[in-house]
Amino acid sequence: MTDPQTAGTFVPPARFAVPGRIVASNRAAALWQRATLTEIRRETPRAATFRFAVPGWTGHLPGQHLMLRLRAADGYTAQRHYSIASPPDDAGHIELTLDHVAGGEVSGWFHTVARPGDEIEVRGPLSGFFAWPGDRPALLIGAGSGVVPLISMVRHRRARALTVPLRLLVSARGPGDLIYAAEYGAETTPVFTRTAPEGAPVGRISAAQVAALLADGPEEGWEAYVCGSNAFAEHASRLLVAAGQPVDRIRIERFG
Amino acid sequence: MSVDRTSVSRPSVNRASVSRTGVTRGFTGRARVPNAGLPPGQYDAGDDWPVLSAEVTPQLAPEDWTLTVGGLVAEARTWTWDEAHALPSSVYRGDIHCVTGWSKFGVRFGGVSVDAFLDAARPSPGATHAVVHSYTGYTTNLPLADLTGGRAWIVWEYGDGPLPAEHGGPARLIVPHLYFWKSAKWVAGLRILDHDEPGFWELNGYHDRGDPWKEQRYSGD
Repeated sequence: MTDPQTAGTFVPPARFAVPGRIVASNRAAALWQRATLTEIRRETPRAATFRFAVPGWTGHLPGQHLMLRLRAADGYTAQRHYSIASPPDDAGHIELTLDHVAGGEVSGWFHTVARPGDEIEVRGPLSGFFAWPGDRPALLIGAGSGVVPLISMVRHRRARALTVPLRLLVSARGPGDLIYAAEYGAETTPVFTRTAPEGAPVGRISAAQVAALLADGPEEGWEAYVCGSNAFAEHASRLLVAAGQPVDRIRIERFG
Repeated sequence: MSVDRTSVSRPSVNRASVSRTGVTRGFTGRARVPNAGLPPGQYDAGDDWPVLSAEVTPQLAPEDWTLTVGGLVAEARTWTWDEAHALPSSVYRGDIHCVTGWSKFGVRFGGVSVDAFLDAARPSPGATHAVVHSYTGYTTNLPLADLTGGRAWIVWEYGDGPLPAEHGGPARLIVPHLYFWKSAKWVAGLRILDHDEPGFWELNGYHDRGDPWKEQRYSGD
């Protein structure tokens, strides 16, 4: 084994620290499964939720994602990663919420072609890094469709009647762009960046809002989950660090 | 839950639309431009360079950065920013591939070949693998054979400028022939071993090696 003369001379840095992890099931991740679209629900003018029956789904943790594959007649395939919006207890079913991206070959198919009965292929769940099993107080910060993995956590907590503290700070361009708007309760603070209801402020998530959530947190502190564009993730994670949240208790899911 | 259950499509299952060949009804994909440089399952990200790190971007000053090669070596060594820059410079021009599906063509990274660092530290006989450590605590594992022979670099330049912090600056590893999660950002050092030891994503279900041409994305691929 290792040479005692030279082993241990390398001391990994401890200045920052990646948060701990939940080891994902490798077996499920390796397998492509058929998923049948059963329902499409409009969420906002740009976003819709797609519900699938996946009889062989082995379950997931809130916050995990999957990879899906569309196949053209000539054998061309397109693969994308999407966060799972549904909670784990939705037996045999999973839901994804997709933005309609201009020129997007996969989101374009979903928003303009897909109808119930269509079959696609999925593999997962993938990555336990961003997962929240419901064990620790969770401070969730999302923007746009970055709220998708976070709503799985909110739904899980509600479905299981968990009492562990959870707060959601969700940023949208305006009330009409707020995905899952009808579903939020007292745990949620919406923030509007372009248009807001009468009397509500317009602007990005602020240092004061994040500081207040940290000051009002549980004694053991929060586990922070940030999801959104890279620019949003950089903004939100800087506010968290500035407000005193330890870097090894911030998990980030970015999309480019 | 007060979910808006308004369906935009009637939920009637049309079995006739299910193909035995797995073809997705009505999906044609974008126009195919034959590109020999695109590994299976990848698309061309064009000018985009997505940022996909799981942790807070560290703000590390070059004067605070060092690179250490230790573990199973004849002489554990640490280089400062200036000492690393004094080594013979080496450039990578070519393509990079991310496990999430994008590839980026014709990029330029400037730095030093990993060979230069390993030649100085001299891995012991029997050394087979390395675990790469980042300043964030991130780790990833590689066989030494993937880090040597002019196939891996420690870089601090992207294009004509310094490597941006969100892309791993001041310095990162690049191993362009493997999926890019192996190319650890904010690299702090290499720990040389005589055995394989999975890193952060490898423990989270990713493939142990990550060859894009073999589409080794997840464990079991």
